[in-house]
Amino acid sequence: MAPLLELEQVSLSFGGLRALHALDLEVGEREVVSVIGPNGAGKSTVFNVITGIYTPGGDIRFDGESLIGRRPHAITRMGIARTFQSLRLFLNMTVKENVKSATYGRTHATPLESMLRLPRALREEKEVEAIAEDVLSFFGQRLLGYRFNQPAYVLSYANRRRLEIARAMATGARMLLLDEPAAGMNPNETHEITELIGRLRDERGYTILVIEHDMHVVEGISDRVVALDHGEKLTEGTFHEVANHPEVVEAYLGRNPEALQK
Amino acid sequence: MTPIGVDEWVARSDDRRDQRGWRGRLGYLDARFGWWQRLLLVGLAAFVYGEFVVGGNVNYAQTGFNVVLYAILALGLNIAVGWAGLLDLGYIAFFGAGAYGYALFSSHAFGNLPLATGGVMLPAIASIPIAVAGVGILGMLIGLVALRLSGDYFAIVTLFVGQAFAEAANNVAPGTLGGANGLFGLQGFHVGSAAIGSTLGYYWYAVILLVVLMALLHLLDSSRTGRAWRAVRDDSLAASAMTISVNKVKVMAFAFGAVVAALAGTMFAAQQSSVFATNFSAQTLILIYACLVLGGAGSIGGAVLGGVVVTVAQQLLSSPIDSAYLFYGIILIVLIARVRPWQYLAAVLAAIVGFGVAAHAIVAAISHRAVAGSPGSAGWFATALRHYVIVPRGEPLTYGNILYIAAIVMVIVVVQLKGIRRLIAVVPTVYVGVCCWEARLTVDPGITAQIMIGAILIVTMAARPEGLLGTRRVEVV
Repeated sequence: MAPLLELEQVSLSFGGLRALHALDLEVGEREVVSVIGPNGAGKSTVFNVITGIYTPGGDIRFDGESLIGRRPHAITRMGIARTFQSLRLFLNMTVKENVKSATYGRTHATPLESMLRLPRALREEKEVEAIAEDVLSFFGQRLLGYRFNQPAYVLSYANRRRLEIARAMATGARMLLLDEPAAGMNPNETHEITELIGRLRDERGYTILVIEHDMHVVEGISDRVVALDHGEKLTEGTFHEVANHPEVVEAYLGRNPEALQK
Repeated sequence: MTPIGVDEWVARSDDRRDQRGWRGRLGYLDARFGWWQRLLLVGLAAFVYGEFVVGGNVNYAQTGFNVVLYAILALGLNIAVGWAGLLDLGYIAFFGAGAYGYALFSSHAFGNLPLATGGVMLPAIASIPIAVAGVGILGMLIGLVALRLSGDYFAIVTLFVGQAFAEAANNVAPGTLGGANGLFGLQGFHVGSAAIGSTLGYYWYAVILLVVLMALLHLLDSSRTGRAWRAVRDDSLAASAMTISVNKVKVMAFAFGAVVAALAGTMFAAQQSSVFATNFSAQTLILIYACLVLGGAGSIGGAVLGGVVVTVAQQLLSSPIDSAYLFYGIILIVLIARVRPWQYLAAVLAAIVGFGVAAHAIVAAISHRAVAGSPGSAGWFATALRHYVIVPRGEPLTYGNILYIAAIVMVIVVVQLKGIRRLIAVVPTVYVGVCCWEARLTVDPGITAQIMIGAILIVTMAARPEGLLGTRRVEVV
C-alpha cells in the first residue's frame, strides 16, 4: 500500500545555507513517526515545507497528490494539520473560539448567510459547536467547562500545548504534525503527552509525524524514528536501532564515542 | 457543574480583581448585558432623544444625526482595524466615495454630458445600492493590491489612497465632480413621492441603519467569518495553518468596512445636500479613529459609545458656555477620582481657589493692566472668574501661548511626581491651566476642540488602554 505522506528528494536552501538536502521520508497510514536530531538539523523545516510555509525542491505527496506550490490553508484543508514549537495560539480568543476558528475550511456559509442566520449557517454553527466540544473533551477535564470561555492567554503552558493539538484536530485533518509536544512540560505532563499521542492514533485514527527531543517520549510513541542532521537523513528504523546508531550518537555527543566511554 | 479546583480559583482571581473601581464596573456591565439588550438600549436611547429631547430644534436633530453618523463610521472602521487588525488609514476615501457616488446620481453633476441633460436623479432605492456596491468593489480592488503588503507598509499605502481620494475629488473632472466647489443642490432620499425632508427624518433613518448594522455585524462577528478575522489579527501564520485563507479574509474585512463607510457617505451627502472634498480630510479620519480607540477597538458597543462621546464632546466644545462646563467638569472629575481621602481633596480644592485669588491680588497690586482683560468664557463663569484668573488687557495671545506651554510642562511634572508633592504641584498646574483656558483656548474653539479631544483620548488611554468598552488584549505572553 502506498504511504500516506511521501517526501521525495526534498531540498531547501536559505541563501547559501542548505537547510534540507535530498530528503526522502515516508509515513504510512496510522503510523507514528518521530523525527529527532540536534538543534538546527532541519526538523522544523521539514514541517514548514510539508505545510507549505516554504516551497522546496523535490516532491511531497499526500495521499497521492502533490503538495508543492499549494498554500498553507489549502494543504491543511487536504488533511495535514500542525502544531507549532513556539505555540501560536490565537491568544485573545477564547479556548472554544480557538478551536472553532480552525473549522473555517470545513464550513461554507457566506458572510451574508451568517449575518441573516440562514439555514446553512445555523446548521454549520451547530456542527462547529459539536466539533469543538468533541475535540476539547479529548483532553479530559483540562479544557472543559469554565475553560471554554476563557481567553487562551490565561491558560498554563501545558494547557496551551493541549489546545494547539485540539485546534489541529478541529481542522478535520487525517494527519497531525506535532512540533515538540512535550517541550517545557514537567515529567508528569510528559508522561501524559506520551499516552495522549498513543490515544490520538488508537482512538481517533490519526497518522502522526512528531518532532521530539525527550527520548522517553520518542521511545514511548514511535513506530519508527528518523534521525536528521544538517538537513540530511542520518538513518531510520526502530527506536533502538536509531538510538544506538553510531552516526546518531556522534551527532548528539560529538566524535569518538570510545573516548567518552573510557 | 465541575468541581472547583485550585487552578480554577487562580484563573478566576483575575476576574475578581477586575471588578473593583469604575473601570472594573464598566467591564462588568459590558459583560453583563447580552448583545440584544445592548441593541435595545441603543435603540431606546436614540428613540428618547429623537422623540423627547429634539422637540423641533434643528440643532439638536443635527447633533443627533452627527452622533449616529460617527457611530456608524466607527462601526465600519472597527471591521478592518478592530477585528482583522488591518491599520486602514484610507478609510475616509470610502466614506467620501460613497458620498460622491450618491451625489453623482442625485444632482445635476452629469448635466453637461450629452445624454444626461438635467442630470441623473435616481430614487434612493437605486442610488444608494449603486454607490455602495461601487465602493464595495473599489474597496475589494484596493484591498487586493494593498494586502500584498503587510503591517506598516499596508498602512502607508492606504494612507496614500485616502489622500489620493481628496486630491482626485478636488482636481479630476471639475465639470462633473465640481472641484473645490463640490457638488450641491443634491436631492434628498426619495422613493416615488415619499421623501425624507427634515434633519430629524435623517436622524431616524440613521438610527435605523445603526441598529440594523449593529445587529448584522454582531451576527457576523460570532460566525466563521468573524472568528477568521480575529484569528488573522492574532496570528496570521497560524491562521493560514488552520485552514483560513488569510488573503481572502483580509480583503473581505477591507471591503466590508468600505461598504459600511459608503452607507454612511450616502446618508451624509443626502442630509447636507452637498459634498465637498474637504469633508473627507485626514482630520475627519482622525476623529473616526478617536471614536474607535476611545470606545474600544474590537467592540461593537465600544465603537458606538466612542462615536457618541467624541461627537458630543466636539459639539460641546463649539459653544463657549458648554465648553467651559466640559473643561471645568473634567478637572473636577479627575480631581475627585484621583485625590483621596476627601480631606485632601477639600484641601486641594481650597488651595486652588486660594492660590488663584492670591495670585490675582498680587499681580493686580503690581500692575492694573495685567489683570484688566476679561475671561474668555461666557455667562456666569466669566463673572465668577473675573477676580480669579489673570488675563491682561489688549492682546492676550502671546501671554496665552506661553501659558499653554507652561501648562503642558507642569502637567508632565505632576505626572512624574508622587504623593504629597504631586498634590502640591497640582495646585499651580490647575491654576495655570485655567488661566490658559480663559486667555487663549477659548479664543480659537476649533483648535481647542482638537486639543481637548486629544487630551480626553490620552487620559482615557492612560486609565483604560483597551478603551471604554474594549476587552484587554495581549500581544505576547
